[in-house]
Amino acid sequence: MTTSTLTKPAAADTGNTGPHAARIHHVSKSFGRPGAQQHVLDDISIDVAPGEFVCLLGASGCGKSTLLGLVAGLDKPSAGSIETPGGRPALMFQEHALFPWLTAGRNIELALRLRGVPRAERRTEAERLLELVRLKGAYGKRVHELSGGMRQRVAMARALAQDSQLLLMDEPFAALDAITRDVLHDELTRIWQTQNNSGSAAGNLSVLFVTHNVREAVRLAERVVLLSSRPGRVAREWQVDIPQPRRIEDSAVADLSIEITEQLRGEIRRHGQH
Amino acid sequence: MASTETTPQSAAEAPGEDPTGPAADADTDSATAGATDAPAGSAADAPATAPAEAAAGASATGASGTGPGPAAGDLAGLEAGLDALDSAVVSRQPWLRTAVSKAFPPLVAVVIVLGLWQLAYHFQLKPHYLLPSPLDVYRSLRQKWLEGTLLSFVWTSVSRGALGFVASVAIGTVLGLIVAQVKAVRAAIGPILSGLQSLPSVAWVPAAIIWFGLSDATIYAVVLLGAVPSIANGLVSGVDQISPLYLRAGRTIGATGLTGVRHVLLPAALPGYLAGLKQGWAFSWRSLMAAELIVNAPDLGTGLGQLLEQGRELQDMSWVLAAILLILTVGIGIELLIFAPIERRVLRSRGLLVKS
Ligand SMILES: Nc1ncnc2c1ncn2[C@@H]1O[C@H](COP(=O)(O)OP(=O)(O)O)[C@@H](O)[C@H]1O
Ligand SMILES: [Mg+2]
Repeated sequence: MTTSTLTKPAAADTGNTGPHAARIHHVSKSFGRPGAQQHVLDDISIDVAPGEFVCLLGASGCGKSTLLGLVAGLDKPSAGSIETPGGRPALMFQEHALFPWLTAGRNIELALRLRGVPRAERRTEAERLLELVRLKGAYGKRVHELSGGMRQRVAMARALAQDSQLLLMDEPFAALDAITRDVLHDELTRIWQTQNNSGSAAGNLSVLFVTHNVREAVRLAERVVLLSSRPGRVAREWQVDIPQPRRIEDSAVADLSIEITEQLRGEIRRHGQH
Repeated sequence: MASTETTPQSAAEAPGEDPTGPAADADTDSATAGATDAPAGSAADAPATAPAEAAAGASATGASGTGPGPAAGDLAGLEAGLDALDSAVVSRQPWLRTAVSKAFPPLVAVVIVLGLWQLAYHFQLKPHYLLPSPLDVYRSLRQKWLEGTLLSFVWTSVSRGALGFVASVAIGTVLGLIVAQVKAVRAAIGPILSGLQSLPSVAWVPAAIIWFGLSDATIYAVVLLGAVPSIANGLVSGVDQISPLYLRAGRTIGATGLTGVRHVLLPAALPGYLAGLKQGWAFSWRSLMAAELIVNAPDLGTGLGQLLEQGRELQDMSWVLAAILLILTVGIGIELLIFAPIERRVLRSRGLLVKS
């Protein structure tokens, strides 16, 4: 039984002109002065289709956060181009990054306000988003009164408040305990499917999810993109055809994880050999 | 934005309709997932699993009205259980008891100091005209009170201090923002600004007198020169202490430029800014007293500093000590009654106040 198909890394730049939520086109990024440069990303091309869930997998320090920052527009690539036709993407971090001077509800309302939602509608919309992440009573709660899992769900609600078609997530669950993380995987899958089943094409939600956890990637993604390190390149891609809802302990998830882990270890090992 | 009008209905029903929700055995599975996913921590995780399931089960039945489908209800219940187990319990002591327990130790200290003072007086460590007793000081306060002039002395100084402080806040805030945000300005005057904090503001008095003569302008100039640097510096260090994460998060939700300053930068810098304001008040008050001591003219109105100077001219030690006590009391009182509660409130609302 084949649960995955292998795609060559070159697949992304074979002139695919279909609609996309994000097009990362031959992107390179270096830091430092000319002469003493550190090449972090090298010629990366990834297309994310509308409604697609892509996991970006790679060892620590391979440039995942850098790439996500480029897609979010927080920094400019040294070469190549990035298109996000759906407007400014929403971004979620490993740390919740909620503003501690606002309540959970107000955090969401600030995002709504900056998006231009009229004052009269903000409260209702914030309550709706909190309900979507199942935190109905948390509107008036201060950030420090919430548990780690609840904070990340509020952060997710705030990201969704941007009503963006592309959600960028930078290891959002890495700091959570395993039980909570597992529950949030279920939540994220549910929310992603809910947004994409809501009918109109404009309501599509694509996710570009960064992780160094292979199982998490296979649990969540429709497509897993493995990055090599120093410089970061697309090493390989896997299409994950295991039907949702998946569980992280499913044998199909485990099988593909083993395969990907082998590849990832190979990439890491190369750096020890010089 | 188009989805805004249509979504509330569908989203509210979504958990029930969602055909792909997790299986009914969600909570038992997640427990095993926790164990397999983190082998190292599995032993430690294990004890927490049982109560998590119990709580999840309990809230699942309680919440069954809201989540129609069994699968959705299970995940919701599991989540409710996790939330309940992991949330910080916030309890607050009764207001009165906190106040009493806070006020008691300083009171004891004051009583001890008064006792030692009385002893020194009693054994004539210094002649009585050099070291009056606490009671003498009280008498001279009482005399001023009965003359009806005491409150007007206090008011003259407090109103000057308040006016000078408000002006310093206005100037210091703008200056601080510019120094914090504009690299060239910071490089140019940042070090000078923090250096100015260590310059005692009395040093400005002679210069101010030459510029403005014996006038209110001299007094306010000294207050401003004393307070503006600490307020500006407080804001600068408040801005510097902001976690870059907040700025990044602000930018991703669209808070850039002046919107970013208003919605992210200023509120994030508030704790440091408040500390600067507090110090700014202390500096205003000190500078004011220094100025009042020296700038002494009949048509200026008598503040506490002038009162102190008059006491010295008359060689009336109990008058001098009474004036010192008043100055101290006003300074501490304003800090305790105005700044401390505001600061505590801001820190507590952000979870930054460690409870003792
Ligand atoms: N602003 C920066 N200046 C210099 N080097 C940077 C900067 N940001 C990231 N790097 C470097 O880029 C590499 C990749 O970092 P990062 O994207 O955070 O990796 P990952 O998220 O995959 O762990 C690291 O070696 C890091 O030192
Ligand atoms: Mg990272």
